Amino acid sequence: MADIRNFTLNFGPQHPAAHGVLRLVLELDGEVVQRADPHIGLLHRATEKLAETRTWVQSVPYMDRLDYVSMMCNEHAYCLATEKLLGIEVPERGKYIRTMFDEVTRILNHLLWIGCHALDVGAMTMALYTFREREDLMDVYEAVSGARMHAAYYRPGGVYRDLPDRMPQYQESTWTSAQKAKARNENRQGSLLDFLEDFTNRFPTYHSEYHTLLTDNRIWKQRLVNIGVVSPERALQMGFTGAMLRGSGIAWDLRKKQPYAAYDKVDFDVPVGVNGDSYDRYLVRMEEMLQSNRIIKQCIDWLRKNPGPVITDNHKVAPPPRENMKTNMEELIHHFKLFTEGIHVPPGEAYAAVEHPKGEFGIYFVSDGANKPYRMKIRAPGFVHLSGLDEMSRGHMIADVVTIIGSQDIVFGEIDR
Amino acid sequence: MSAKLETLSENLQKHFGDKIKSLKLALGEVTIEVGAPDYLGLMIALRDEPDFRFEELIDLCGVDYSTYGDGAWVGGRYAVVVHLLSVSQNIRLRVRVFAEDESFPAVESVSAVWSTANWFEREAFDLYGIAFLGHDDLRRILTDYGFIGHPFRKDFPISGYVEMRYDPDQARVIYQPVTIEPRENTPRIVREDTYGGPVHG
Repeated sequence: MADIRNFTLNFGPQHPAAHGVLRLVLELDGEVVQRADPHIGLLHRATEKLAETRTWVQSVPYMDRLDYVSMMCNEHAYCLATEKLLGIEVPERGKYIRTMFDEVTRILNHLLWIGCHALDVGAMTMALYTFREREDLMDVYEAVSGARMHAAYYRPGGVYRDLPDRMPQYQESTWTSAQKAKARNENRQGSLLDFLEDFTNRFPTYHSEYHTLLTDNRIWKQRLVNIGVVSPERALQMGFTGAMLRGSGIAWDLRKKQPYAAYDKVDFDVPVGVNGDSYDRYLVRMEEMLQSNRIIKQCIDWLRKNPGPVITDNHKVAPPPRENMKTNMEELIHHFKLFTEGIHVPPGEAYAAVEHPKGEFGIYFVSDGANKPYRMKIRAPGFVHLSGLDEMSRGHMIADVVTIIGSQDIVFGEIDR
Repeated sequence: MSAKLETLSENLQKHFGDKIKSLKLALGEVTIEVGAPDYLGLMIALRDEPDFRFEELIDLCGVDYSTYGDGAWVGGRYAVVVHLLSVSQNIRLRVRVFAEDESFPAVESVSAVWSTANWFEREAFDLYGIAFLGHDDLRRILTDYGFIGHPFRKDFPISGYVEMRYDPDQARVIYQPVTIEPRENTPRIVREDTYGGPVHG
């Protein structure tokens, strides 16, 4: 009688479907997964420890590098927690800008997710489609902050500056003929809001293309339906949030339940799944994109009609306008103190969370009154979701593990921190 | 929202009484502090009692209070802070428990109460060296294989102790003591209480 043993397989850390640097030790019985043991931390940069040695504002760019496909949402949680400790209010226009950019970010994130998820499962074309749309949204990021990804646009107290009046233009070059540049610049003639509005009008058409490609696709359904089923009770036990929880049929959305920014003033629906499998999570996220589109439209409308300040006028938190700094002694002192010493945050502790595209992203601060946080803890949704991978993939075939990883929407920047 | 939090505080007082060492309602959040021996029982009650029903453990992390307020801290050094969320009642709660022994900080594990706690406790163990009694798989999670020390403790330097490089002579990757100089661009300042008084405006 031959000795039959389980086979242990090393998946990653250099596997293209491992979404970065996931090392997965899979214990297999034939092709069936008995146990999945994710080894994480290969991208660990100790962001939380670094934040203890930086002033409150200096840590904002670190937030972009956590979940590097939904940059501004990370910043939002950081700023909310800081503002909670400081006890300051963000001006109304700042709140709407944040809401709008959170939703732009959500679409950016979901586009990357659906592209890569489909790529993992074997549908090459999706990535080409979604990166076409991502390009426009990245241009929006660039126009407002100067960076296509790591924006550092949100600040404690509001956002760095108001929306620009014109979009950057394509130039004629060796690669771009004058005619081509002109065609590309056609919808960039107006302000950023005009460009974004044009995008929101085009987006539903793009979105229906994704549906055509995937939703009723036989292979897609064979790979996703009934894979990685999570019951609502288990989803709560495992701490799932966001689309992972909604896919299991629990209507929990922080934007509705514990509204922040301007979410209580915009209209949108929360899609919920039924079966809790990968296909339901796919449908939930697809619908979320359309809802985000709806929110962006409402924000554009409001922002057009209501000019005003975008950052708090408390100059112990946000720098004064440059003009005043040159003419007013007190403002000069504020400016000097802010940029040499930073904000002083009263002692205490606070937790603030946002509905990040991946789930609940929270920041917990302990402050002792210094110009740096005493302790910062990042509650990353991906970390929790990945810890559920073992349970979700047990009894599935090895190819399904790839589907489950894709359906969890994992990014290692936030898991390893 | 605040009415909800007051009901929650009253319920906490009613159910646990003097097991709760302190109860604070600040910035729209309720924080309770419990002793290490009562911790596990209290957590189970928080999940199961119909008054609470905290179905989700949102976050669990370690905190090292040793340099808090530049030495002004009195009390235990290592704490475990847990954030709970009740989806059915839409409330949050923060629970803090201090480890009793500073040389071997240990707290009861709640990984059997919420399975989320499994990885969070591994992380707190890895970064702070807090042991979780009853945890069945307490391995390091974020740091490198074979890492020595607990990097988030306040006495662990930000640059660490060792660095890694490829050594062409030995034709392998080696560890060596760090060569970078520690530097601090903006010093950490806790302002005295009288700062910005009537004289300075």
